[in-house]
Amino acid sequence: MAAVSARGLYKVFGPRPEEAVRRLQQGEPVADVRADGATPAVVDVDLEVQPGEISVVMGLSGSGKSTLIRMLNGLLEPTAGTVHVGDVELTGLDEDGLRRLRQERLSMVFQHFALLPHRTVLDNAAYALEIRGVERAERRRRGAEALEMVGLGDRAGNRPSELSGGMQQRVGLARALASGTDVMLMDEAFSALDPLIRREMQDQLVELQRSLGRTVVFITHDLNEAMRIGDRVAVMREGRVVQSGTPTEILRAPADDYIASFLADVDRSRVFTAEDVMAPPRPVDGELHRMPRAGLRTPLADLLQPAATGGGSVAVTDDAGEVVGVVTAASMLSALGGLPGSVEGTSADISKEAVRG
Amino acid sequence: MAEVNEIVPLPHVPVGDAVEVAVDWVGDVADPVFDAFSTGVSAFIDAFVTLLLLPPPLVLVALLALLGGLIRSARFGAGSLVALVLVVSMELWVEFVETLAFIIGATLVAAVIAVPLGILAARSARASALFKPVLDLMQTMPPFVYLIPAVAFFSIGTVPGFVTTVVFALPPGVRLTELGIRQVDAEVVEAGTAFGGTPRQILRGIQLPLALPTIMAGINQVIMLALSMAVIAGLIGGGGLGSVVVRAISSLDLALGFEAGLSVVVLAIYLDRLTAALGSGTPRLRLERARSLLNRGSTSTEGGDTGSETASEEQRGSEQRNSRRPALR
Repeated sequence: MAAVSARGLYKVFGPRPEEAVRRLQQGEPVADVRADGATPAVVDVDLEVQPGEISVVMGLSGSGKSTLIRMLNGLLEPTAGTVHVGDVELTGLDEDGLRRLRQERLSMVFQHFALLPHRTVLDNAAYALEIRGVERAERRRRGAEALEMVGLGDRAGNRPSELSGGMQQRVGLARALASGTDVMLMDEAFSALDPLIRREMQDQLVELQRSLGRTVVFITHDLNEAMRIGDRVAVMREGRVVQSGTPTEILRAPADDYIASFLADVDRSRVFTAEDVMAPPRPVDGELHRMPRAGLRTPLADLLQPAATGGGSVAVTDDAGEVVGVVTAASMLSALGGLPGSVEGTSADISKEAVRG
Repeated sequence: MAEVNEIVPLPHVPVGDAVEVAVDWVGDVADPVFDAFSTGVSAFIDAFVTLLLLPPPLVLVALLALLGGLIRSARFGAGSLVALVLVVSMELWVEFVETLAFIIGATLVAAVIAVPLGILAARSARASALFKPVLDLMQTMPPFVYLIPAVAFFSIGTVPGFVTTVVFALPPGVRLTELGIRQVDAEVVEAGTAFGGTPRQILRGIQLPLALPTIMAGINQVIMLALSMAVIAGLIGGGGLGSVVVRAISSLDLALGFEAGLSVVVLAIYLDRLTAALGSGTPRLRLERARSLLNRGSTSTEGGDTGSETASEEQRGSEQRNSRRPALR
């Protein structure tokens, strides 16, 4: 079962929202509805987030992504459609039920951290537990644990204002981790940070998510970030999801020119992995044992140096250490340099079929 | 007025008469309530004054100066000491204390009414729209006008002055409480909601603490308005420094008037600086610093006053508290 799912979700601001939804459902274009005064922010969105994955919703400002994430924990009430968290229908809950669901199942990390300036870092980290009525010693223990996880164990006694932006967002992350909910909603969580810190935080998030198995819904306007951390990515435009899939799927076959135009900025060497670009090993290939080795999930960027020093090709091994493919200089260059979509139909696809078949 | 009405034939709308009739009616109907209220308020103020006059004047002066020194700064404490001793030497101490008790009582009552109203106004746009004109009226109506119905309800003495003062001083308390709560970062409030906080938890844990400096600025304004009204209340037998001022006016006694006026200024500055320091969060830093000093077992007292030193000492203090915690568990 999906950890979070949305079905036919609409949010319209302005006068007579229900009527606007009805018109949209009948297929009227958003522009026509907008011309009559209503503002459709989210239009007919379906979203499935599987447990333990990082699901990224990417879109520019005004695309409806922030509205969408706020409907997933009931901060905003959908105009139409349903939201399920696990087996609970969030959209059918009363105030009390909604509060309980937020306390037990959903936590959130905010763009500008939203920490309590008058509390210590530790009290901030333990805030969600305090709301839930966990007794003091226990919540401080779990808050300290979460701070330890994000590398701020020694800052428990500080005030948030004494920390840098990156550290403050780590406190925000610790607050969400300490709450122990299985779903974490992250609203532009790294957008206010410097590029270097942002990358560090992305890596840390991926690492934490792998070790803790939390389900993450991550909102961003940065496609590069989406591709770096997302197991799945949904691209939003004008309230609708225009494409969703794994980063590789989107990179290979952008659904339209709008998405293709974004892809120009994406660091493809970080999205494609050895598995995506390898060709099946030929049995007659006598040089196989002399090639440098790399795992299936190694990003392309990390294959470049071994390939350069090892004669142009890298042997790809599966988890058992068996050689399952070869990445050649040519396949890497075509993946990196090809215009968006041009990787499609290269050896990569064929090799995958071969390996899996 | 009559001349204008002769040129433009408008009937005189009897606004004033209507209000008078209404006030008379309220006075008749609610007379027992007002009597009980009156007894309560004057008993409270009398008891407070008696308490404050219990120690010899110079002891209370020293206590007030010490309080100023602890909450604001050593310099402020020393300044208060000099000014308060001057009041004692001008033989206005009893009146000074009466006015002080009056102001503290009126401010407490005004705050107890104003802060909840401000919270209500911050939460409901309708309440806010409703309060606004009423507060405008309360604040801009010339204060002398309040004295008339107050005397009608409570006759002359301390109580009508007290009620007038509360009404006149209330508005900034409501306004700044509303403003303070509305100004709290929306994302932080959203965080409270997102983690499943009840409106009450969000109010107590997020909105009120973050609005506190603004609310305290409002209370500070309440005190200042109360002080100005307290002098006017001297006209209806309010007692304290106000009645000295009134006596000085009626006998054109400049020396007495100036001394009474100066005492009012001393009281105003003392209360203003004290509550301003309360609002800025300094006392908490001072408390934590004091605690960290105790933790270290150090005997040194007043350190430097720079922000960084305060912050680092606070930090060290909390680190020590942290390092001690495992032992306590």
